[in-house]
Amino acid sequence: MSATTITPAPRIQGGTILRGLLLAGLAILAMLPVLNRLPPESALYVSDFVVAVSGKWICYGILALAIDLAWGYAGILSLGHGAFFALGGYAMGMHLMRLIGPRGVYGHPVLPDFMVFLGYTELPWPWWGFSSFPFAMLMALLVPGLLAGIVGWLAFRSRITGVYLSIITQAMTYALMLAFFRNDMGFGGNNGFTDFKELLGVPLNTAGARAALFYAALISLGVSLLLCRFVTQSKLGRVLVAVRDAESRVRFLGYNTTHIKLSVFVLSAMLAGLAGALYVPLIGIINPGEFSPGNSIEAVIWVAVGGRGTLVGALLGAFSVNALKTWLTSFAPDLWLFVLGGLFVAVTLFLPRGLVGLLRKGEGR
Amino acid sequence: MSGVLYLDGVSVVFDGFKALNNLSMIIEPGELRAIIGPNGAGKTTMMDIITGKTRPTAGTVQFADHDLTRLDEAAIANLGIGRKFQKPTVFDALTVFENLELALKAPRDPWSCLRWVLGADYQRRIEATMAEIGLADRARDRAAILSHGQRQWLEIGMLLMQEPQLLLVDEPVAGMTDQETEHTAALLRRIAGQRSVVVVEHDLEFVRALGAKVTVMCEGTVLSEGSIDHVQNDQRVIEVYLGR
Repeated sequence: MSATTITPAPRIQGGTILRGLLLAGLAILAMLPVLNRLPPESALYVSDFVVAVSGKWICYGILALAIDLAWGYAGILSLGHGAFFALGGYAMGMHLMRLIGPRGVYGHPVLPDFMVFLGYTELPWPWWGFSSFPFAMLMALLVPGLLAGIVGWLAFRSRITGVYLSIITQAMTYALMLAFFRNDMGFGGNNGFTDFKELLGVPLNTAGARAALFYAALISLGVSLLLCRFVTQSKLGRVLVAVRDAESRVRFLGYNTTHIKLSVFVLSAMLAGLAGALYVPLIGIINPGEFSPGNSIEAVIWVAVGGRGTLVGALLGAFSVNALKTWLTSFAPDLWLFVLGGLFVAVTLFLPRGLVGLLRKGEGR
Repeated sequence: MSGVLYLDGVSVVFDGFKALNNLSMIIEPGELRAIIGPNGAGKTTMMDIITGKTRPTAGTVQFADHDLTRLDEAAIANLGIGRKFQKPTVFDALTVFENLELALKAPRDPWSCLRWVLGADYQRRIEATMAEIGLADRARDRAAILSHGQRQWLEIGMLLMQEPQLLLVDEPVAGMTDQETEHTAALLRRIAGQRSVVVVEHDLEFVRALGAKVTVMCEGTVLSEGSIDHVQNDQRVIEVYLGR
């Protein structure tokens, strides 16, 4: 062998088909709001519905990346990531509620309608500061990050792993759902927040605002993808994979696996919070239903279907499963849960590496 | 590299059973030592004592003037005592190079790992270790596709990356082919000298190939000590172990 230096093999790279698929997908997404401006009789015209649905999927894509980072790489199967997503959404929702100002039904200059209705006389302290956009965005990241930090620290230091950790995270999102359903929590109870008017001085009910929100989500997806790629290709990414496969051995090498897992769990929760914050202005509502345990499980299934442990797989799963859901629920909504469950079983049994594994096999890998 | 391992009068009692019984032993710096003995002789318990996994009921365990009975596993590992378990555990999803890179002595916190850049000197050290363990041409291969023997060598390589002064190696050649066994003996002979190496093994051919001083343990204490020829001709050893 020559004296040329040996560099570590690049970690889990998408094949050419996968990379092409990813770039083509992102390019098509980027075109959608432009095609939406064409006259409706044009062959390339894309309806408002398609743009709105795609914007939603982009947010789900970020959530899928977050779950993949924790589960696919570090082996932390969280069944509560929907809670981080919802908390990010609530932070953005609170900002949007503050921006309604005197345009509410009751016309109160400061208090949102539901507070006037419930007889509040002044703004409760958790709402302080949310009239500021940067503060709300910061909270959309910090609150999920802090919650993940506390739950993760308690769980990881006690060496709780596997199914027990999954159950704890599931209980976390369920508990939050029950809490947010309560009117006296001060977060709108079961109605949540809706009827938003504007964001950053732009009315939300215009095509321009919708396109801007769409692009904000798409750019965030790109940045999240690059961030996750940076993490997974670093030595930290290799430590995560090692923790996933043999945690005690990593500990024996002298790594504090509690800190390693905590760092990635917190980062993952913050990404989920970002996804939620982008999602709420796009769809115009946030309510406690977002905390429902089923949401978190569904998001995990996206990643399983796409192929965990590859970032492209997470995105592929989020888009393909949601495409299937949108198509199926348009004519047989009652079937969806059965199909979703069947999909999970089928992928676990026949496609342990998900769609990505299938595509790679087709490529001769 | 100066570090004498010193065990004096060490006893361990599990539920009335004396796993170690007044065991005394000295391993000199740079020494290669083979430890043999029948099942239940306390060989693995002795390693557990040295690495802090088990606490002795009585006795002194010192390494380079540190009292090992007062330190936990991580602290003992950081003193420079590395241990290879019977079952090789390498990271299957990572390449040979990456396995060694993870074991490399370097800051271990998440932030340092994230910003880690492999320097040229580290690169050379990993390459030197790969050459040492005979896996230089397997750098980019995942550990999952290595043979059983190669996995054992990779794990020894990972221990070397941690720069230990004392290496405890538990049954390194179990399940190896004859050729792999020979390679392993040569590898351990090379490694010793720069650091102390203690090998627990059943395979007497392998112990002979090591050419090291042999300690025979039986019922938790030292039965005989000396060259392989010396212990093989020791009447007590023949009675309890070899004669069977």
